[in-house]
Amino acid sequence: MSVTLPYFLGLSAMLFSIGVAGVITRRNAIVVFMCIELMLNSVNLSLIALSAALGDITGQVLVLFVMAVAAAEAAVGLAIVIALYRNRRTVNIDEINILKW
Amino acid sequence: MVVQRNPVMSAIYLIANFFSLATLYLLLRAQLLAILQILVYAGAIMVLVIFVIMLLNLGDEHALSERVNFRILIGVVLAFAFLMEMLFILTGLGGDIASRTMHPKAGEIGTVESMGTALFNTFLLPFEVTSLLLLTAIVGAVLLARKQSDT
Repeated sequence: MSVTLPYFLGLSAMLFSIGVAGVITRRNAIVVFMCIELMLNSVNLSLIALSAALGDITGQVLVLFVMAVAAAEAAVGLAIVIALYRNRRTVNIDEINILKW
Repeated sequence: MVVQRNPVMSAIYLIANFFSLATLYLLLRAQLLAILQILVYAGAIMVLVIFVIMLLNLGDEHALSERVNFRILIGVVLAFAFLMEMLFILTGLGGDIASRTMHPKAGEIGTVESMGTALFNTFLLPFEVTSLLLLTAIVGAVLLARKQSDT
């Protein structure tokens, strides 16, 4: 029995669900951030699996762009976390409600 | 990694996850992306994350109240329902693509040569816009993380 495309897509779905569960349940902003990285990576996996199954390079190019966007998002997101921690002395996302009216 | 109380431990588990995904990319013949996965994610992004964790001194998370049991229950149930929906869609995946792992051409498209050819011919404009995005991210990160007093 060989590993076919649905196995990769299923693993990708599981990783994405773990990321969703982490984003919903965790209160630490940095852990939420890492869960978003996990979700991006699961989508990368399904893109590469489909790209290999279809013999089309577009999926892999898209994964490259997702990686670039993830790097940019990591830099800006962590800078926001540092700025928030400097102002509010917390990274608990329940206590960060300055954008809420 | 989600259930760890210590953010450093979940970061280490996430790095292990990235390495596993890199081996899966190698199995799918995407050599360039496997190397980039280790370099960019495990090498750059996670170093940044761990650096911020150390900088903010968040080693002990006990002060952070994570004991909202009702919300955790709801979140896990929602994520599980989401997973079941996606797996249900996957079981309906028919045709010859469901029984296929690799296109016969799959070994050729993951190399650095073919990726570079695609990036600099078909996807030239998005590739250049990506550099602009990264430049914007650098400027934004420096601006946000700087001390507010010297503006």
